Amino acid sequence: MIDPIFIAEAALNGILLGGVLALLALGLNLIFGVLDIVWIAYLDLVMLCMYLAYFLVTGYGWPVWLGGLAAVGLGALLGIGVHLLIISPILTSAPINQLLATGGLLFFVQSFATFLWTTDHRTVRLTLPIIEVAGMFLSFARLIAFVVAILAMIGLYLFLRHTFIGTAIRAVSQDREAMRLMGANPQRVYVVTSAVGGAMAGLAGALLIIQYSVHPYFGAAFGPLTFMVCVLGGLGNMVGALVAAVVMSEIISVGGVMMSTEMGYVIAFVLFIVMMFARPGGILTRRE
Amino acid sequence: MSLLELRGITAGYGDFTALWGVSLRVSAGEAVAVVGPNGAGKTTLMRVISGLVPPREGDLSFDGQSLVRRPAHEIVAHGIAHVPEGRRIFPMLTVADNLKMGAFLPRARRDYRDSLERVFALFPVLAERQKQRAGSLSGGEQQMLAIGRALMSRPKIILLDEPSLGLAPVMVLRLFDLIRRVREEGYTILVVEQNVRQVLKLVDRAYLLEVGRIKMEGRADDLSEQDFVRKAYMGL
Amino acid sequence: MARLVAWALLGVIAVAPFLPMGGMRQYALHVLVQIFIWSFIGQAFSLMGRFALVSLGHGAFLGLGAYTAALLWNFWGVTPWVGGVVAVAGAVGLALVVGYPCFRFRVVGHYFALVTLAVGEVVRLLIIAERDWTGGSLGVTVKAAGTDASLTALQFADKRVFYYASVIVWLGGLWVWQRVDRSMARSALEAIGEDEGAAASVGIHVTRFKLGITVLSAALTALGGVLYAQYFTYVNPDTLSGIGVSLRIVFAVVLGGMYSLLGSTVGTALTIALSEYLRVLFGLKFIGMAETIYGLVLILCIIFLPAGIYGSLRGAVLRRLARRRAAPA
Repeated sequence: MIDPIFIAEAALNGILLGGVLALLALGLNLIFGVLDIVWIAYLDLVMLCMYLAYFLVTGYGWPVWLGGLAAVGLGALLGIGVHLLIISPILTSAPINQLLATGGLLFFVQSFATFLWTTDHRTVRLTLPIIEVAGMFLSFARLIAFVVAILAMIGLYLFLRHTFIGTAIRAVSQDREAMRLMGANPQRVYVVTSAVGGAMAGLAGALLIIQYSVHPYFGAAFGPLTFMVCVLGGLGNMVGALVAAVVMSEIISVGGVMMSTEMGYVIAFVLFIVMMFARPGGILTRRE
Repeated sequence: MSLLELRGITAGYGDFTALWGVSLRVSAGEAVAVVGPNGAGKTTLMRVISGLVPPREGDLSFDGQSLVRRPAHEIVAHGIAHVPEGRRIFPMLTVADNLKMGAFLPRARRDYRDSLERVFALFPVLAERQKQRAGSLSGGEQQMLAIGRALMSRPKIILLDEPSLGLAPVMVLRLFDLIRRVREEGYTILVVEQNVRQVLKLVDRAYLLEVGRIKMEGRADDLSEQDFVRKAYMGL
Repeated sequence: MARLVAWALLGVIAVAPFLPMGGMRQYALHVLVQIFIWSFIGQAFSLMGRFALVSLGHGAFLGLGAYTAALLWNFWGVTPWVGGVVAVAGAVGLALVVGYPCFRFRVVGHYFALVTLAVGEVVRLLIIAERDWTGGSLGVTVKAAGTDASLTALQFADKRVFYYASVIVWLGGLWVWQRVDRSMARSALEAIGEDEGAAASVGIHVTRFKLGITVLSAALTALGGVLYAQYFTYVNPDTLSGIGVSLRIVFAVVLGGMYSLLGSTVGTALTIALSEYLRVLFGLKFIGMAETIYGLVLILCIIFLPAGIYGSLRGAVLRRLARRRAAPA
C-alpha cells in the first residue's frame, strides 16, 4: 500500500499542473470559439516561445520573469502572424483545407525547429526551492506556474467580460454582420483574438520552461493532452476546459503514483474514450 | 442640403439585380419612409446604404462625402446606424453588453455612460432587463434593444429595416410611438416598412419602391390620398 | 479515349517490374510499392473526406491494423491472413465506439476533426505506453518467417511479389470507390455532407449512413496497415499512428483531389516523390530542412491551390475551353 502522503502529493501536483493545462486549453478554445478554426499547431507555437525564454535566460542572462514576458510577446506576435498569413486566406475555405493549413504549420514549425536547434532537450536550470507542506514536497516552480496561470485566466475572464474589445470578441462569433454594423471591423477583432490566444500560448510556454525541458517535438508530448482536454470539456466551452484540465491532470498524476506513469496516461485515455461515448459534447453538457 | 443622398443606385446579389437606378434623399432632421410590397428591394436598399452590399452602379453621399463602396464599419463610423431586419441582436450577450457594442466606435465610447442613460430613459424596460440574456427577450423588447443599440453609436441618421416585422399589433403601436419619440429627440430617420398605414403617420415624406424602382415620391399626407396606394397596400 | 489510356496505363503498371531500370530496380519498386499502399490508404480516407467527414485520426486505424497483425504473428504465430481479419475487426470496433456518439450527437466539422485527432494520438500514446509488448517508441520488427517466400507469413524476399500484391490491393480500393460512387448511399451521404438537418428531415438516417462509411473507411485503412507491416516488416508508433501520419494522408488526398477516383493516387505519388526528392537532396546534411520545405510546400499548396492539383488543373482547362467556345470561330 502506498503511503497516502504520496497520493496527496500527487493529487496536489495534479491540480498545479492542471492550471497550466487549463491555460493551454483556454487559448485553443478562445480561438475556436471566435473563429471556428482549430489551431492544430498551437502547442508548437508554445514550443517556440519556450525556446525564446530558454535562449534569453540561459544565453543572455535575462531574469526569468523578463524572459517570460518576452515569451508572451512572441506568442502574441506569432498569433497575429499565423492569423494574417495562414488563417485569413482560408477563412472561407472548406474545413478540411483549414485543418490542413494549421496542420502544415505543425510540420513546418517542428521541422524548422529541428533544423535550427536539433532535437536536444534544453532546460533552464533554475535553483528554485522545493517547499514542504505537511510532509508533501512541492516544486516552487510548479506552484508559481499555477498561481500565474490562475491569475491569467482571471485576467482573461475580466478582459472578455468588461472591456469593449473583449465584449466584441464574444459578440463577433454570434453575429459577424451585426458586428460590422457596430462599426467594428471583424478582421481586426479576429486579429486581437489571435493575439490574445497567442499570448496565452506564450505565457504557457514561459510557465512550462521552468518545469520541463524543451525540444522540437514538445508539441507531440503536450498537444494530444491539450486536445483531449478541449474535447472533454466541450470545444469552445471555457469552464468545461478548466474542469477537464484538472480532471485529466489529477488522473495522470495520481494514477502515475499509484501504478506507473504509463498507467496514469492509459487510464486518462481510456476515460477519454469512455467520456466520448457518454458525453460527446463535453463533460458539462447535458445528454439529450 | 441633403444629409443622405443616393443617385442611380443599381445593386443586387450575384446574377440577380434587386435595385435599378434608385435615387432618393433624406435631409437632416427629416423622417422618411420607403414603402413597398414584399420583394421590392427595400432591405437591399438599407444594406446598400450601410455598406453591407456594394452597389454596382450609382453614388451614395452622406454629409457631403461620397461613401459608395466603402466597407460597412467605415460607413457606420461616419454616422449611419442600421437597425437590421430581424433585429440581429447578439443573443448570448446581456442587454447591457448589446448596448455596449452599440458604442464600439471610439467617438461613441467617450459618451458611453451618457448614451446608456438616454437609451434607458427612452426604453425603461431595457434598464429593467439589463443583465438578462438578449436572446430571452420578447420580440418587441428585442426591437427596442436593437434601436437602443443603434442610438448608442450617436448616429446622424438611423436606418430602420422593417421594425414592425413579427410583432403583435399592440406592440407595433407601442413601437411606432417609441420611434416617434426617438424622432422627437432630433434624430434623422429612414424607415423601411410594409405596414404603410402606421409608418405614413410617422414620417414627413415617403418613397414607393416596387420591383427595385422608385415609382412614387411625395409628402406623407399626399401619398396616403393616392388611390391605388390605398387600394393596393392599405386595404381600403 | 479515356478507356484506352486507362488500359495502357494498366499495361505499363503490369510490366513495370520487368522494364529495364539500370540498377535502380529495387529502389524504384520500393517507391512504387509505397505509392500503391499509401494511395490505397489515402483512398480509404477519402471515402469519408469527400462527404465532409474530415478525420485527422486515421493513424489510429492504421496503427491498430499494423500492430494487431504484427503482434499476433510475433507472439502467437497467427498468420497475417487471420491477423488481418482481427485487425480489421478491431478497427471497425474502434470506428463504431468513436463514431456512434459523435454522429448521434452531431459532432461535426472542426470538432469532429479534433476528436479523431485525439483518438489517433491516444492510440499512438497507448502503443508507446504499453512498451512491454509493443516495443514502445522503438517499434516492433515482424518476426522473420525463415524462408524466402512464405504465404502463411505473407513475407517475400522478392519485392516484385509485394509490388503485384500492392497493385491488386490498390485496384481493389479503386473498385470499392467506384461502387460507393455509383451507389444510392452516395447521394444520401452527399446530402448529409451538405446539410445534415435537411437530410434528416427527408428521412435519411444520418447516423447510420455516416457510421457505415466510417466503418468502411476504417476497415480499409486497417487493411492498408496490415499490408504495410508485412512489406516493411517493421512497425513504429510514429510512422503508423498519431497526427503526423494522419495529416500526411489527408494532405496527399486533398492535394491530389478528394472527389476523383485517382485523386488519392495522384496526390500520394506527388507527395512521396516530393519527400523522396527532398530526402535525397539533403541527405544527412541540414537535418530537418527537408521536412521544413515539405511543410512549407503543403501550406502554400493549401492556400493557393484549394481545389488540389487535380481540381486546379481541371478548373484551368475548363476555363480555357469556355474561353475558346465564347470566342468567335
